[in-house]
Amino acid sequence: MRPGRIARRALAIAPLFVLLTAVPALACGGLVTPNGTVNLVRTTTLAAYHRGIEHYVTSFEFAGKGAGEVGSIVPLPGVPTKVVPAGEWTLQRLLQEVQPPTLRFAAASEAVVPGAADAVVLFETEIDALDITVLKGGGDAVGRWASDHGYFLPPDAPEVLDFYANRSPIFLAARFNAERAAEEGVRRGQGTPIHVVVPTPNPWVPLRILALGRQPTELIEADVFLLTDRRPATLPQAVEANGDPRQQGLIQEVSDLASSPLLSDLSSDRGMKWVPDDGMWLTYLRINETAANLQHDLAIDASGYGQPDPVAAGYVDPVPVVDPGIARGLWFALGALVVLLVLGGIENRRRSSGGGLPA
Amino acid sequence: MSVAGRRTVAGITFVVLAAAAAVGAVAAASPDVRTVHVRLEHSRFVVDGDPAVRPGDTVRYVVENTDPIAHEFIIGDRAVQRAHELGTEAYHPPRPGEMSVPAGAVLETTFTFPTEPGSLILGCHIPGHYAYGMRVDIPIG
Repeated sequence: MRPGRIARRALAIAPLFVLLTAVPALACGGLVTPNGTVNLVRTTTLAAYHRGIEHYVTSFEFAGKGAGEVGSIVPLPGVPTKVVPAGEWTLQRLLQEVQPPTLRFAAASEAVVPGAADAVVLFETEIDALDITVLKGGGDAVGRWASDHGYFLPPDAPEVLDFYANRSPIFLAARFNAERAAEEGVRRGQGTPIHVVVPTPNPWVPLRILALGRQPTELIEADVFLLTDRRPATLPQAVEANGDPRQQGLIQEVSDLASSPLLSDLSSDRGMKWVPDDGMWLTYLRINETAANLQHDLAIDASGYGQPDPVAAGYVDPVPVVDPGIARGLWFALGALVVLLVLGGIENRRRSSGGGLPA
Repeated sequence: MSVAGRRTVAGITFVVLAAAAAVGAVAAASPDVRTVHVRLEHSRFVVDGDPAVRPGDTVRYVVENTDPIAHEFIIGDRAVQRAHELGTEAYHPPRPGEMSVPAGAVLETTFTFPTEPGSLILGCHIPGHYAYGMRVDIPIG
């Protein structure tokens, strides 16, 4: 895109961005706070899948001074190759695509919802005032790491962490560094978007983590954008929007070819050059569901076969992987059994043919 | 004290200690002291077997916290549970029927139940845990 065009698009987006920065936008993660209270607001996430790479863009909101223990844990479908600052306006541009600014502004005032073995640190990085740690480990190990690092885990955390670790033992923990936030002048409510790049054959979006620490009847609200090479099939399957903002469930608001202006705008944002010029499918899903019913994730099949993985959705437990040592032992035992059977057969044949030792 | 006096005191001390040891051995070996294993898993009490007890039972609880977060093991009636729910004692030193169980720890406590039939509650009062469902009724009868 030519610089002049970028500037024009930036100007077109800027007023919306200013409005939306007042809208708290948290990551698609479980918020863990010191006193057990969870003030989770509407979340906005882009899960794009292109050429076997999942691009996960989300934003973390600074909760203000004295909230040093507030952090988020985001389960990931695989080991990320990089975690970098996300573009300046990607999430806002997606919202603009599916919601006229005036409606979005009206919604803005309503958007806030009241609210073993050791884990292995794969890598750590800083994005603005955020401290990011990518961990590998079972639910117990990651939970211990989080507890040891000052995260408060609500009572459902052990079960939820196990739920994720059984399918993918990779987690991203994010927490604001109060000192850097002060130095950089980060304001309360200001979002820091991050972009996680995860090569994976099996993309999914963590949804159950949004209900972490929530009461069963509390309503979870989130916007999830999917950008895929083909029209995706999801599990659970989203229901068509009926126009009622109170409609509950996983609601499909948009499912269409992504417009050229949208793709052009997205690709001009920081770290988004991978977005192709055309041919991408845009799906906008609105989640408006009680915590009790949000016990699953969102599995995506963008291959065109229309078979999203029930394991990725969290409906089915993964098939346990046999320990290599045990597998070797089983093969050895099987081999020994075969040898014994063969030797036994030879001996029987020898005896039946009178080849035994003379009496 | 004379030598005879010292011998008398030593003899009495020996007899008392021997008697105490014998009583202790009988108590430890008593079939009435039942051992119950309890796992704290996914913020739930998983009691091995029937949690019910008989009036006056003495139960040795072996409690294993398999969660990565701390829990509590508090046996008592509703008033006890309410007091702990509203209490401010962050850590409970082990006492009969009450203890804090750190993440991954295996601890024991022995509790003698009332001689009257009824029921008590086993609960955890880390903020939010009781409401989440960390409670088990223990019928006595």
